[in-house]
Amino acid sequence: MSAANGLRGRNYARNYWPFLLPAGVVVLGVIIFPWLFTLYMSLHEFKVGGDFAFIGFDNYVRLASDERFLWSVLRTLYFTVLAVVLPVGLGIAAATVFHRKFPLRSLARTVFILPMMATPVAIALVWTMMFHPQLGVLNYILTSVGLPPSQWSYDSVSVIPTLVMVETWQWTPLVMLIVLGGLASLPADPYEAARLDGASTWDMFRHITVPLVWPHIIVATVIRTIDALKAFDLIFVVSGGGPGTSSETMNLFLYLQAFSFYNMGYAAAVTVVFFVIILLVSLLMFSARQQKQWQ
Amino acid sequence: MAMSMMSAATRKRRRGKLASDIGFGLAVFALISPAILFFLWMLSLSLKNEIDNMAFPPVFIPWPPTLDNFVAVFEKNDFLTYTLNSIFVSFGATGLALLLGVPAGFGIAKAQASKAAAVIMIARVTPGLSYLIPLFLLFQWLDMGGTLWPILITHLVITVPIVVWVMIGFFEGLPHELEEAALVDGCTIWQAFRFIAVPLARPGIVVAMILAFIFSWNNFIFGVVLAGRETRTLPVAVYNVISFEQISWGPLAAAALLVTAPVLLLTLLMQKEIVHGLTAGGVKGG
Repeated sequence: MSAANGLRGRNYARNYWPFLLPAGVVVLGVIIFPWLFTLYMSLHEFKVGGDFAFIGFDNYVRLASDERFLWSVLRTLYFTVLAVVLPVGLGIAAATVFHRKFPLRSLARTVFILPMMATPVAIALVWTMMFHPQLGVLNYILTSVGLPPSQWSYDSVSVIPTLVMVETWQWTPLVMLIVLGGLASLPADPYEAARLDGASTWDMFRHITVPLVWPHIIVATVIRTIDALKAFDLIFVVSGGGPGTSSETMNLFLYLQAFSFYNMGYAAAVTVVFFVIILLVSLLMFSARQQKQWQ
Repeated sequence: MAMSMMSAATRKRRRGKLASDIGFGLAVFALISPAILFFLWMLSLSLKNEIDNMAFPPVFIPWPPTLDNFVAVFEKNDFLTYTLNSIFVSFGATGLALLLGVPAGFGIAKAQASKAAAVIMIARVTPGLSYLIPLFLLFQWLDMGGTLWPILITHLVITVPIVVWVMIGFFEGLPHELEEAALVDGCTIWQAFRFIAVPLARPGIVVAMILAFIFSWNNFIFGVVLAGRETRTLPVAVYNVISFEQISWGPLAAAALLVTAPVLLLTLLMQKEIVHGLTAGGVKGG
């Protein structure tokens, strides 16, 4: 946006508020009211059908020593690191493939993004059937190529890597699309100059492509991180947080507190902590992007 | 002599090109095969009878294919009701979001209301569950259980930010000159919006509509908390199939396929718009 635009915008700004009003009212009702009410609730002891009492920061103090919650935080981080690194790495590779022209490219690209568009519950159910240790097709494939069968989501050690595998299958396409958008906007000149200087394809990728699409890679990484922290449908359907509590992430813990145990006040405190973690992570990554730009 | 050397070099280069083309083709195949194999297996499960689905080693090709599973989905469950519920909720939430979000996107883009844009951005970041505790209590207090309205209203949490976000991008990209000429000629801002900006932004509205609809259709978390027996949306209904019947994979796969088929078709038909919207906004609901 140019400076002239900014000035003009400011002069007219007050004439545009009627356009914002209807949406503003709805956003206030379904988005901002819940935020504030959650903050308020988190300072109270409230079980559905029970008493409602102000208890200050007791819910937060209790959280800090609730081992089940603290484990769920660690588990969330473990899941998130894997579910960011794999899709981002694969997504960048996929973007360089789909950036080249080839026959039926747009059809191939559409097929590639189907996993992220499909209804998560529906695909989670089908994956669950494939993970079945005795009857599932995945163990059949493993044993028929001579590998040992796995317990997949039915074992407390393999459940998180298994969920990460599905998450990667599902969300690599989003990273690919964002990075592909970056590749499409690249100028041709630096490549021509580099080619004249005798640079190899890898050199060009390393020293021209990566720095130029870096902002897109950061955006993709931030979005992926937020989505991985928030992952719910897949975990809820495939493992329900189990076996035991071995895949109970923060979001699952929150769901159980709120809608299985009906500890609304406590769950509200979990929400606030969860929200702060998400916000911190996104800010951290955006500042990493700024520093990269200054260098 | 020179001729034959040249052709040898050309041949070598051609062979190198062929090898790299094959390598590239394999890379494309490796990328898309997990998606293809998954959906083929889903289709295979839905077209086999129970004996074949429980067989080990698995039966890969359903022969003869049977539609019994699809019939069972409609006979044993109230699938038609759930389909109508989903249609009502997703069309309602998308339509309302367009009515509210297109003018809001225009207003934010023109007035450069970056604070309003930030609220939308934070709404995108917030976990869906965190809206549910207050709204769940509110709907209980208002005694709105048993109707579809609570679900439709919570779906606005997904659809409004998507529409506003996509539309800000589109209205910022439009040339200002036409609108300004209209304002100078005495149009009101409303007329400039209605007769100039909206027709120009029609492709953006299509993108916003498709994405809002898909993410509303796919949403599970709001329905699973708020829906009663009669007000389930399709994803919730499919999830409930597993809790009621032990393991019957055929009907389950058939139900899963029915739920996701509209979205898959929409993706195949409108891939250009969807890719554009996702690349620009990186939006995802819930």
